[in-house]
Formats: sequence, C-alpha cells, structure tokens
Amino acid sequence: MDALKIEGLYKEYRLGELSTGTFAHDLNRFWYRLRGKENPYEKITETNDRTKNTEGEYVWALEDINFSVTQGEVLGIIGRNGAGKSTLLKILSKVTSPTRGSIAIHGRIASLLEVGTGFHPELTGRENIFLNGAILGMTKKEIRSKFDEIVAFSGVEKYIDTPVKRYSSGMYVRLAFAVAAHLEPEILIIDEVLAVGDAEFQRKCLGKMKEVAGEGRTVLFVSHNMTAVKKLCNKGLLLEQGRVAFMGSAEETVQAYYTQNTEVIKTFQIFENSASAPGAMGVYLKKIALSPSDPFIDDHITLDFEFFDAENRQKIAIAFDLLNQDEMVVFGSGATLKSNDSIFQATCYFPKNLLNEGTYSIHLYVNSDGYQPLFSLPEAIRFEITERERTHGFLGKINGVVRPELTWKTI
Amino acid sequence: MDSRQHKATFYEEITPNHRWFKFNLREVWRYRDLVILFVRRDFVAQYKQTILGPLWLILQPLLTTFVFYIVFSKIAKISTNGSDPFLFYLSGITLWNYFSDCLTKTSNTFVANAGIFGKVYFPRLVLPISIILSNLIKLGVQLLLLLSVILFRWSFQGLTPEWNFYVFLFPLLILILAILGLGLGLIFSSVTTKYRDLAYVLTFATQLLMFATPIFYPLNFAQGFLAKAIALNPLTPIFETFRFTLFSSSNFEVVGLLYAFGLSVFCLMIGITLFNKVERSFMDTV
Repeated sequence: MDALKIEGLYKEYRLGELSTGTFAHDLNRFWYRLRGKENPYEKITETNDRTKNTEGEYVWALEDINFSVTQGEVLGIIGRNGAGKSTLLKILSKVTSPTRGSIAIHGRIASLLEVGTGFHPELTGRENIFLNGAILGMTKKEIRSKFDEIVAFSGVEKYIDTPVKRYSSGMYVRLAFAVAAHLEPEILIIDEVLAVGDAEFQRKCLGKMKEVAGEGRTVLFVSHNMTAVKKLCNKGLLLEQGRVAFMGSAEETVQAYYTQNTEVIKTFQIFENSASAPGAMGVYLKKIALSPSDPFIDDHITLDFEFFDAENRQKIAIAFDLLNQDEMVVFGSGATLKSNDSIFQATCYFPKNLLNEGTYSIHLYVNSDGYQPLFSLPEAIRFEITERERTHGFLGKINGVVRPELTWKTI
Repeated sequence: MDSRQHKATFYEEITPNHRWFKFNLREVWRYRDLVILFVRRDFVAQYKQTILGPLWLILQPLLTTFVFYIVFSKIAKISTNGSDPFLFYLSGITLWNYFSDCLTKTSNTFVANAGIFGKVYFPRLVLPISIILSNLIKLGVQLLLLLSVILFRWSFQGLTPEWNFYVFLFPLLILILAILGLGLGLIFSSVTTKYRDLAYVLTFATQLLMFATPIFYPLNFAQGFLAKAIALNPLTPIFETFRFTLFSSSNFEVVGLLYAFGLSVFCLMIGITLFNKVERSFMDTV
C-alpha cells in the first residue's frame, strides 16, 4: 500500500525582494483570477538552476515531482544544495503549500525539520517536554505516558525542573531530541539537520531512525551523508534542479548522485601548448593532476605539477592552498622549481589519513624566483575524498576538518 | 512494536487549493492540549524575572485609572454622567485592555511565530485562540479587582449601589469583544506577513480607536458629527451597556448591541478567510 503518493507537484518561488512591485503583481494576479484566467506570472517561471543568473522573477523550486512511497519503506532523498530537498520536506510537513499538484497521505505524519521547536527558555525541562510534544502533535495523555521514558532517554533527570535557559547546549539538544524520538507517527520525515551536533547525538539519532524503520513505519530521510543513506534506506530519490533525476534502490541512487557530481569534480588539467594554457609572463600551466582521482581517506594522494618555461626563467616558486567545501584554507604548501628542457616539474605527496571526507579544491599560486606573483589559478583542481564504507559502529560523518589516524591505547 | 499497529486509518491530501471559509474547529479541538500549554507558556514567560509577578495584572489598571482620574476628571473636568469617576475609568480600562490585548497580540501571530511555523505544522488558529484565552484569564483577574473596588466603595465609602439585572449580559459583551478583537487581529496578522506597513497602521489605529471609544468620557459628552462617528464604533454600545449595567448611568440600546455583534462576526469571518489563505503560503513571504 502506498503510504504517500505525490502527483505532478510544483512549487514556485519569487526571487528577489518584496517591494511595491509585489503589490502590483498581487493586484494583477487577483484581476486575472477574477476573470478566470491563468496566473500571468507562471508563464515566466524558470527552471531552478542557481548557477545561472536568470532574468525571470519567479522560479520553480520543484517541477513535476511524481513518486510514491510504499508503507514501511525508508526513502533517502538526496541531491545537491538547492536541488529542492528542503522545499519538498516543507510541503510534506504542511509548512508551506504546493503551487500545483497533490500529495495523498495514508497515515499520521510527523516531521522533524528541527529539534526543540517551540522550546521556551523560561520554562523548565518538564514544561518544555509537554509544550514541544504538543507542538509535534502529541496529546497531553500520550506525553504523560511516555514522560519517564523521555526523561531517561535525555539523561537530564537532575535538571528537569530547571528552566532550559540554564541548560548547556548539549543538554538542550538531548532533551529536545528525546521528545522527538518518542513520537509515534506512521510516517516520519527527518531532515539531515538532525544529524549535526556531536557524534554521540548523531549516533542516537541514526540509531533511533533504524529502530523506527525496523518497526515497519515509513520514513523519509533527507541527507548529504551518503554512507548513512546507503546503510539506513532501502530506496533512494535523487533531486536535481527541482526535478526527480533518479529513483531506485538506495545504492543506485547514491551512485547516480556521484555520477551527476563528476561535472564539478576536476582532478586534472592538461594543456598541449602554452598558447591555450592559463599563465602569464612566460610561465604557463602544462599539467596539474591528482592521483588517485577518487581518493579514500586512507589513500596516499599525490599532486603533479608541470609548467612551460616559455621565457627561460629557469626558476619559479609555486605554492597552493587547499580549501575545503566551506572555502576555508585547510593548509598551504610551496616549493621552488627548476626548469629542465623548458619544463618545470614537481610532485607533492600528501600523507594518508590527513583530510576528512568532503570536497576540496586547490588554489594554485605561481611566483617568480624573487617571489613576485606571476599568476594564480583558483580551483585548479577540485576533488572529493570519501570514506571507505563502514559496516558497523558509528556510520555518520566524523566531525572535524582533518581526519588523522591517532594511536589509541585501551585496556 | 508490531507494524500492523501502525495500519493507516488516517487519510489526508495536500493540494494547492483551499476552501475560502473553513474554521476547522475539529482540528483545533484535536490540538486543545496545545492551546492550554500555550496559555500556560504565556503566563509563565510573562512574569518570570519580575519581582511583583502577576501583581502587575492588578497594578496596571489601577495606575492607569489613577492617571485618568487626574487628567480627565481633575484637570480636563470631563463629566462621567454622575457616576463615580474612579469606577467609571476602571470599568472602561478593564474592558479596553481586554480588547486591545486581544487585537495587538493576535495581530502579529505569523510574524512573531515564524520560527515555529516554519518548522512544524499544527493548526495555526491554535495560537490566536490561546491568546484570546490567556487574555480572558487576565480579564477575570481584573474584573475581580473591579468588583472589589466597587464593593469597597459601596460598603465603606457610602456609594449607593446602582447596578441592575442586565449585568447578566456581561458574558455576551465579552464574547463580542473577543470576536471583534480576534477578527481584526486575524485580518492584520494575515496582511502584515506580506506588507509590514500594516503593523505601523495598527499601532496608530488602536490609539485612534481608543479615543473613539467612550472609555474616559460618556457617549453623550460628544457632540454633532463626532457623536455620530463614535456611535458607529462597534465598541461604543459594548462600553455603554457595561456602564449601564453597573452604574445605570449610560444608555442601553439593543440595536447597538446587535450592530456590534453583527459587525464583529463579519470581521471574524473576513479574518478567518484571510488567515486560512495566508497560513498555507506565508512561509514563502514572511
């Protein structure tokens, strides 16, 4: 039986600021509707592609979404930022309504787009459990019957009659999650924002999801964490620019996601001659390449550089910054190169177990022998480091910019 | 837990269409516990970290009455139709506080709760309804104050009791005030989600409405055109009736009350219609 069936779902958003033009548009729309005509602004609505700066004022955040979820299925929804995942969740949670289309839902639905919604700092832990539970759709009776369980799960028994503004942030999140974890809807919608926080919390969150799924309830899980999606979900849905790009098993969908994203991954650049190559003042890029092109955390990574020495400079100094997906420089490094047959050549070796999983880019700087900047090349390389699949223990992403392998001594 | 226990009996459909007028009381009823919890939250949160706490409920109308007494009775010498000025002002302020609190607090339902509304669904009407209820409790406390002041004046200060049996109309008066406050509040809360200008208009309009309501003057004090304008104010018959039942000093007109009731219900219908429309998409504009 279908727990959820989505047919022809569209969602339109207005770009830019609301201003006096909004009022004029509203009046115009109203006038068209009065005469039974179609919304005049829907015609200029464009496909959601945030990389292009388009002229239109309206954009489809979701476009012709059709799929159904069978009861008991755990569906992982993945896609790049801005692909429409959050919009879909918001519509399913009834936080906002679709522009067109329909969703048929069989069963009580609960969505966790955030934990601790409605928590009031002045109220005690006990009062907040009741308030938050009721906001999430539980009755007082239901909450009372689960109260002890919730408190035990949260581990803040001692402070249950203290206002939550005196809680540490960790206690606050634990209490909030404890309430959410005791919801018993037939369909549960979970946003990946739940998976941020400390490792302990992630483990609890993912563990609870597994438990819920094991009970035969339907779960929709939106995530960036491919490992967790593969492990927890049995089906997957890939969104791309507001449309369904792929739907299949979780495994296949994750694969499709990686294939889709190879466009932005650029692990080498090779130029045959200096004419077309980036560069300046007699130094031009010949080759920059990463190997392996698809590294795991515990791989040795090497970065090869070659430059044309067109003006016989003999010596240059190169450097690079390695940036993570937040555009933060993780580290920089550099070396002085001597030319041989009018070619500069160098290889840089990264130790294994250095970088955490994620996408990184290399910003290349080329300077003269006297450290005068010649040219720089942002995003000369863009690559992704992935984690080898873990089959047991904690499945989520381990926090941190770096992922060193440390030595542990345990008794 | 057995999966069969979760067999779906509940069905709903999400579509862009909405019914124009749908109070959906059944759904609000399902969330009645939430209404109560919101009322509780308002009280607890409001008086946390104040020394006098709920005592402010009583102090606020007393202090305002005192100011009115000085300004309007002693300085401006506005008549109160022969009734005791202190009681006259206190009764007016008590009613006005209820109405204006209902109006101003419901009027920013969407903007003030955008954080919650953006994350979870519950019938949005739960919030304005909880506001009306928590104000009702406040009103109850302030009415007790009014009653004690009246009794005190009667027993110790030789004032002659002049109340009449129409005092049993009082619940009806409160109902009309609540409907009007809620209706106008819903209208403003719906429109301000997109056009914030209305929030400023409301502050001004409330002030104007206060002066256009016989709170610190009796209706027959106004003359000519102004008297007609004030008579059109739906709040006027409510205040006049209230004073009539307590002090037998003002006029009592059934037509006026019916007019106030009709207009209030009309406002509420418009309010709910707009609210229902906005609640479905306001997260995109707020």
